Amino acid sequence: MTFSSIWGWFTDPTHWQGTDGVPNRVAQHLFYTGLTLLIALLVAVPIGAWVGHSGRMRWLVTGANAARAVPTLGLLFAVSMFVGPLIKSDLAFVIPSITVLVLLAIPPLLSGTYAGIGSVEPAARDAARGMGMTEWQVLTRVEAPIALPLFLSGLRSATLQVIATATIAASVSLGGLGRYLIDGLASRDFVQMVCGSILVAVLALVADGILALLEKRAVSPGISGRATRVARSRPRTAPDQEAALAGSPSERVRT
Amino acid sequence: MTWALDHLSDILTRAGQHAWLAGLPLVLGLVIALPLGWLASRQAWLRAPLLTTTGLLYTIPSLALFILLPPILGTKILDPVNVVVAMTIYTVALLTRTVTDGLSSVDTSTRQAAIAMGYGPVARFRAVDLPLAVPVIAAGLRVAAVSNVSIVSVASLIGVSQLGYFLTDGYARTFPTEVWVGIVACLLLALVFDLVIQVVSRLLTPWTRAVAA
Repeated sequence: MTFSSIWGWFTDPTHWQGTDGVPNRVAQHLFYTGLTLLIALLVAVPIGAWVGHSGRMRWLVTGANAARAVPTLGLLFAVSMFVGPLIKSDLAFVIPSITVLVLLAIPPLLSGTYAGIGSVEPAARDAARGMGMTEWQVLTRVEAPIALPLFLSGLRSATLQVIATATIAASVSLGGLGRYLIDGLASRDFVQMVCGSILVAVLALVADGILALLEKRAVSPGISGRATRVARSRPRTAPDQEAALAGSPSERVRT
Repeated sequence: MTWALDHLSDILTRAGQHAWLAGLPLVLGLVIALPLGWLASRQAWLRAPLLTTTGLLYTIPSLALFILLPPILGTKILDPVNVVVAMTIYTVALLTRTVTDGLSSVDTSTRQAAIAMGYGPVARFRAVDLPLAVPVIAAGLRVAAVSNVSIVSVASLIGVSQLGYFLTDGYARTFPTEVWVGIVACLLLALVFDLVIQVVSRLLTPWTRAVAA
């Protein structure tokens, strides 16, 4: 196991073409990740926004967070065993994996959206209503921009979670970069395993970096504190810390 | 249920291994994260680089880290040391931020009172800042513990023995009972870790109960 054998693997042209080539595996990995996030967003954002806006049914968020303690590998195998035999096509491997990935992406998105909308000060909400905004306008024009930072940090941890678990899902026959790790293990091809791991790590780091940039760009200057230095010098209040905790990596649970 | 009872000794052995692989890194991670978090809370210029670096480490998916560590550490792929090191890295990544937040949350007036009473930097950290930061640090430890228990089970894919074995073995044999036993055992272990951390945190902070009473 040397540096030159890793270099050799990456520079071998046969590893860059066909079904098992790097471009195809990266594309598959990104496709599963994108599809999962899309479905999870469609489920989690409306529910999180509604719970945060109305303050009702908070147990949904608490419940989703508690469900994170279920080992992802176990969930993956359990769902594959139950859903897999029900489907009679190539999709028998894809559908269970995507289901599990969606289940794992929902909690961080849900709590990010909920915590974001919930962090809106009641005074700001009341002022918006006083200005004659409808409930929909309050949600989209006041609550949504204020909720954006916490929502985006939820999206970041969901993305990491999905990229990591999609790798593991290779053990239930999903494509993507995890194939190099699982197939390499089966054939004792340690170089391929290490190269696959490097690709997975780089993909995760790049995705996280892009989302971090997006977080910086998309958040209103009035909220991130870039606009006024004065606002930052005030002492941190308890809700501030709660909000900071909700968005910090300590809230990120993943595989 | 009968299957679980028949295999009780095997389950307990693997639960012990699992607890060791998830628990030892919690302790090691806390020991490493305390000075890092202290530095980050004291030196403003160190805060961003320290928290970004540890955050980046947390970004690396676990299965990839389990495979990348052996060539870096010079260990064998089946060596449980890889899992302990990987989990310690994740714990440090989570806890450095929590320790920083916890220490920063100590009220300035409390700190100034301690200084006025003659506490030096080290004594103040030990007797004032650290105890007051315990609730925040404990909250971070609970997240790390749950996360560790779940991630350790992934190591069964590369053949390291712990509760995750029941997951991979049950799947390989198409035997759902075994998978469910593995899941429930992992959940129970996570619950035990959670309870232990909560109890220790309460014992270390008797004043929070005095206020509540």
